[in-house]
Amino acid sequence: MIAAQLPALQIVIPLLGAVLTAMMRRGSWAWAVALAVSWTMPLIAGSLLMQVLSTGPISYALGGWNPPWGIEYRIDALNGFVLVLVSLIGAVIMPYARVSVEKEIAPKKQAWFYTMYLLCLCGLLGITITNDAFNAFVFLEVSSLSTYALIALGRDRRALLAAYQYLILGTIGATLYVIGVGLLYTMTGTLNLSDIAGRLDGVENIRPILAALAFLTVGISLKLALFPLHVWLPNAYAYAPSVATAFLAATATKVAVYLLLRYYFSVFGVTFVFETLPVSTILLTLSLAAMFGASIVAVFQDDVKRMLAYSSVAQIGYITLGIALANQTGLTGGIVHLFNHALMKGALFLVIGAVFFRIGSVKLDDLAGLGRRMPITMGAFVIAGLSIIGTPGTAGFISKWYLALGALEQGSWWLVLLLVASSFISIVYIGRVVEVTWFRPVGKMVAGAREPPTSMLIPSLILVAATIYFGFDTTMTAGVAEKAAEALLGANR
Amino acid sequence: MMTDSISIPPGLILIAAGLLIPLLRARARTMVLLLAPVLVLSMVWQVPDGVVLSTDFMSYRVVLVEGSALARLFGTIFAIMAFGGGLFAINRDNPAELAAAFVYGGAAIGVAFAGDLITLFIFWEVMAIGSTIVLLCGRDNARSAGIRYAAIHLLGGVVLMAGIAGEITATGSTVFNAMQPDTMARWLILAGFLINAGAPPLSAWLPDAYPEASWSGMVFLSAFTTKTAVYVLLRGFPGADILIYVGLFMVFYGIIYAILENDMRRILAYSIVNQVGFMVTGIGIGTTIALNGAAAHAFTHIIYKALLLMSAGSVLYMTDKRKCTDLGGLFRTMPLTCICGIIGALSISSFPLTSGFISKSMISQGAADEHLMTVWMLLTAASAGVFLHAGIKFPWFVFFQKDSGLRPAEPPWNMRAAMVLFSIMCIWIGVFPEQLYAILPHQVDYVPYTGAHVVFQLQLLLFSGLAFFLMLEWLKRSLTITLDFDWFYRKALPELAQWAMTFGGAARRGVLVRLQRRLERFLNEIYRHHGPQGILARTWPTGSMAFWTTVLLGVYLIAYFL
Repeated sequence: MIAAQLPALQIVIPLLGAVLTAMMRRGSWAWAVALAVSWTMPLIAGSLLMQVLSTGPISYALGGWNPPWGIEYRIDALNGFVLVLVSLIGAVIMPYARVSVEKEIAPKKQAWFYTMYLLCLCGLLGITITNDAFNAFVFLEVSSLSTYALIALGRDRRALLAAYQYLILGTIGATLYVIGVGLLYTMTGTLNLSDIAGRLDGVENIRPILAALAFLTVGISLKLALFPLHVWLPNAYAYAPSVATAFLAATATKVAVYLLLRYYFSVFGVTFVFETLPVSTILLTLSLAAMFGASIVAVFQDDVKRMLAYSSVAQIGYITLGIALANQTGLTGGIVHLFNHALMKGALFLVIGAVFFRIGSVKLDDLAGLGRRMPITMGAFVIAGLSIIGTPGTAGFISKWYLALGALEQGSWWLVLLLVASSFISIVYIGRVVEVTWFRPVGKMVAGAREPPTSMLIPSLILVAATIYFGFDTTMTAGVAEKAAEALLGANR
Repeated sequence: MMTDSISIPPGLILIAAGLLIPLLRARARTMVLLLAPVLVLSMVWQVPDGVVLSTDFMSYRVVLVEGSALARLFGTIFAIMAFGGGLFAINRDNPAELAAAFVYGGAAIGVAFAGDLITLFIFWEVMAIGSTIVLLCGRDNARSAGIRYAAIHLLGGVVLMAGIAGEITATGSTVFNAMQPDTMARWLILAGFLINAGAPPLSAWLPDAYPEASWSGMVFLSAFTTKTAVYVLLRGFPGADILIYVGLFMVFYGIIYAILENDMRRILAYSIVNQVGFMVTGIGIGTTIALNGAAAHAFTHIIYKALLLMSAGSVLYMTDKRKCTDLGGLFRTMPLTCICGIIGALSISSFPLTSGFISKSMISQGAADEHLMTVWMLLTAASAGVFLHAGIKFPWFVFFQKDSGLRPAEPPWNMRAAMVLFSIMCIWIGVFPEQLYAILPHQVDYVPYTGAHVVFQLQLLLFSGLAFFLMLEWLKRSLTITLDFDWFYRKALPELAQWAMTFGGAARRGVLVRLQRRLERFLNEIYRHHGPQGILARTWPTGSMAFWTTVLLGVYLIAYFL
């Protein structure tokens, strides 16, 4: 009975949780609710994914209205995987949140923070689970609006400007998206994604379809921070509260990538997008620009949080590179990196959040010698950093390996060399932090620092351990990603 | 998962022991330092031939442990080395260095038993990380040297990874068997291996980095990185002609720079390149006897080079001096260190009844059997050169020569014990070569102790010894610094223009200055766009963000409609 309703529960529970926390005054109560919700989510997502892997895609008619008239929730290997990712990250971050939020957010606003977090979680899960173009838009707005509020809650006054800029750009992106959906609706008369896919072949006038693809691409690219539409991201990540940054960096852009995958492969079809249109070339160029441009910017940053934000832009370039390759191995690499990057960037932002908690700054110069005072925390930073670089034995290696194989499958040696060259730049920016924190004498700011509270340390360590674990056992990551890629390419129209 | 007697790769035991070391107090740490290598050694000898332990990793079958005579040979010497190094370093007060050294040695054993390219690569990278940490625990200059070292090894690692990815895509299998460099991917693999072997044009990383390690760190460093490279070359590229030339280059590169050098441990670092050159040449020749020779030479070399570095390390530990010009006359108060150093020096010079004699000669014999006249002549000439730079020069300038006035005592017991142990091994192998020959990968029917061979070798050594003392005036070391290829990337770029101003003609000056300006402009350009105030890094006005979004939308629309 309940098992059949799991898809709806995945969305309804965080929504109810948000309503509940909105009525609370005490931050700690709101936190307890958010924690309970966050810990339920992976159970639901996990059992959904298990079900998909054993019996095939699940279709759920919301409110009993059958598709294509009603809203359909549809879970297959790909979005089941993303659901698990988003809910797991939420579950790991929540125990960390209490202490960090108490320190960084004014007591009156703490309950609001959890409300916004739960709304954002609900929106992200909703985008992922729904098979309805307009419903996805609604969830996109839910997650975006709550994200603006989350960012604006940052203590730094620049957080307001960052939130405002993201608000403007996010709204433009959402508008472009909804225009694209509108065009598709005009041409096919349906909003159900599978239904649209089925009817596109029959459409004679192809111009509006092309325009729809362009609007959707740019709209979603804005959300996933594809270079050069990433300009909202660094400030937003740098000035948001630590918990929000870690959560958003690990999930928000990944969900947008998922949406792009869904439209490219399941709706428009791989033949249409990648063979008749120059999407691959454009996407490849932008990905490479991200991998190099953003990485080099990261090298020169002196705020570690902002540096990691630029590194995120570069790492998203790897994911879109995998999409642009559009072959089995490359796509697997892109999807695996989506997961792995969420783990390692989540870990890095949690660690930096812990550093901020202890010494109140994340300027590189203030961190001199921090490795001596917070060895466990900074050790975790080094391991997650190695994963960003792509050292074997870490999750980052697995994704880069698949991407390299995907590039070789196309015979693009030069692409492999570029991949390698851009990892070199990541050695430099990670290396800078390692050098300052481990090899410089202990600085003034750091002198009194000690390890963060256990509730912050353990979630960071869990994510770090996961980056190592998934560097060895890849059945869960690469295995599922392979299946997802196969399904995406197998739609093959 | 597991298929046979062994369920854990032997290398992992050593790695685990290494990770345990920082958690232990003095006595327990000593126990681990001494017992872990012995345990690993016994495991190495239990690995039977063929695939022993395999598992699935990413969609590949990876073979974590695959036994063979060659793997056991290198596994054995790496374990012995871990023991000797551990014994020597018991009194080293830096647990991070010891831990990293054991991880590094364990990874080297992991490479030796790796059954496929992926396992090999993973252990390869662990070695790079471990060795970098060992290096970073070293002397004052170690940090910058360590960063240069890490950069070169990460470069080698990614070259190797690109090659392995290409090889797997091309052949569809991860097997690591003998091959010829005939595709792009295999060239990359070969290049990745050779970078670790210290081959040109990047040989300089070795003498640049190793001497900056601590007195104990360099003992470990000398053994693993270059010799694993020899091992993988032996296994992957036996008989690849290009290795003959690469090897010969390394042989003479090492000799020439070692003769010019003043720092006692840099002399020995150059001599590593030189000795590895012999092995690489042997691999290039590729006949059974030459391959056996290369393998045996790697085995004996690890022992006597470690011995030489222990001797030098003891001197450094007791006197804190490293330059030949500052040392001398130490035989008075450090007789044991002096004798052990001399035994190592005789071994490296292939003196009869020492280990070098019975291994290096197999490589020369291999060249002779193939009628590679030039190669044989060059190798023979180089043997004399080795005696000059390492065989006499090191002990003479450190222990004899002038009296430097230093009166250091002998080092602590454990350092003496390690030196004595390795000295005994040098002589034991030299006197009873059959035991080493029995564990070589191929059947040996070579007899080192023939009258002609012994007499020939003695003549060679005596005459070069004579030459040394005749030329002593010129060889006397002054306080000089020798320049090497690393100078190009460390100093040359900034100083190129300077030099041109002083010596060059106006035209050349113009070109160089322009080049330098262009480079500067290029860097400035990068900084202008990417630096904190650069267009890519600063916060854009909201309006222009929106504007560029529109532009991109336009671009997409146009691209699609066309």
